[in-house]
Amino acid sequence: MARMPAALRHPAGARALVILALFGIWEVAARWFVDPSFMSPPSRVVAFMDELFATPGVPQALFTTFLELAAAFALSVAVGLAVGLLVGLHDFSRRSLLPIVLLLYATPQVTILPLFILYFGIGPASKIAFGMSHGMFPIIVTVAAGVQNIKPILLLSARSMGASPRQVLRWVIFPHMIPSFFTGMRLAMTAALLGVLLAELYVSSTGVGYFTHLFADSFEPAKLFGLITVLALMAIALNETVRRAEVRFGHWQST
Amino acid sequence: MMSAVRRRTGDAIATRAVQAGFVIALVTLWHLATTQWGVSHFLLPQPAAVLRELADVLRSGEFVQDLKITLHEVVVAFAAAALSGTVLGYLISRSAYLVRVFEPLFSGIYAIPAILFFPVYVLIFGLGPASKIAIGTTISFFPVVLSTIAGFAHVDRILVVAARSMGSSGYQMFRYVLLPAAFPVILTGLRMGFILALLSILGSETIASLEGLGHRIVSLAELMKTERMFAYIVFAVAIAALLNVAVSALEALGRRR
Repeated sequence: MARMPAALRHPAGARALVILALFGIWEVAARWFVDPSFMSPPSRVVAFMDELFATPGVPQALFTTFLELAAAFALSVAVGLAVGLLVGLHDFSRRSLLPIVLLLYATPQVTILPLFILYFGIGPASKIAFGMSHGMFPIIVTVAAGVQNIKPILLLSARSMGASPRQVLRWVIFPHMIPSFFTGMRLAMTAALLGVLLAELYVSSTGVGYFTHLFADSFEPAKLFGLITVLALMAIALNETVRRAEVRFGHWQST
Repeated sequence: MMSAVRRRTGDAIATRAVQAGFVIALVTLWHLATTQWGVSHFLLPQPAAVLRELADVLRSGEFVQDLKITLHEVVVAFAAAALSGTVLGYLISRSAYLVRVFEPLFSGIYAIPAILFFPVYVLIFGLGPASKIAIGTTISFFPVVLSTIAGFAHVDRILVVAARSMGSSGYQMFRYVLLPAAFPVILTGLRMGFILALLSILGSETIASLEGLGHRIVSLAELMKTERMFAYIVFAVAIAALLNVAVSALEALGRRR
């Protein structure tokens, strides 16, 4: 790379400039070319952040959504791990049950979103249930696959040295499952986020979905964009957390 | 040898039996819950009633209009994403520097649930098909562009150097070295992009729409016509499964060539 400004020489610097340029385009477009009741420039969104958080109910709504997500993710991990082990530990159960799991995983759950509202109401319960229905499957599949990929020689040698089934589970199967389990958790986080947000946007009495509808219907794009920005930042932070965890715990094996 | 074969076929029968048993148990439970245990038919209609409604939906041709709208949105959104994703991905992949600038950026944005921006899309593009096409394009663009970059940028160096040293032209390099190496990866991205376009369009029709399959299911739910809603859910799931099988078959076909 001959003759390039210092900031551009490093990819990360250029990346930051690209992001800045995108925000610049957004600013110019929203300021001069689009009806201000539909779109707000980033400068106004930032300026309206205070007012957004001062709107009665918004901090609570963000907190509610965060709790829904946490509950959906925790339930996904617990149920996904249990079912994944149940399905994956035995050859027979894997071959007979895994196709059923994959079939359910492949069905578009958005089509049954109204059913979740019908059964669990418009409060947080339906969001948790719907988020869980999205987050559970990646964990089941990766745990079942992780259990399956253990070298038979390890199981055989543990057993021949007199390990009880419980010891095999604790000291051989469990450690080998960890990398794929963390991959599953990363996928589950993305999926649970999608599920919770879909259900929130569809209908909501207390969460952020209520306020996205409110701000869109009352033509307050600055607040709408602000709320979405906060949620996007939350999504980025959560995704990054599980991704770091995956990198940290995913590669303990030397092979 | 003989006994091993016999055991394997016996096993295969047993796994199929478990799968069939699962489905039968589910339907039986569903039937018993609605006919014997007094679960309200507003919450869970009887399987037979759903089947009747489904037959009626199919016979009356009522589904055609909604299906047309949804498929039209999916096709337009996917075409836009496929075109822009492959072209942009190819252009970026031509420079190692650009790959390092854009690949992390795209994969970072890809991890954010883009459905978040749907209220903004509705505000700008309205309740009609345009907002669904826009959100579908946005969401399915990322797997396409990422797989195109991955496909073209990670072609084995030796192949490229060998072709160049044998004096291949730019077009020959693209047609006989880069494209064959990248094609399978791009196909996978295109398949994922198509599925995501379908899911996000069904989802956005559910959230805010005036027509389409997703909207039909929601409006039936709001009218408490649960039987017909279940029929439409079965229909939508079947359509999604069909499309899924079709694109997977196309992908396999494209790989074999």
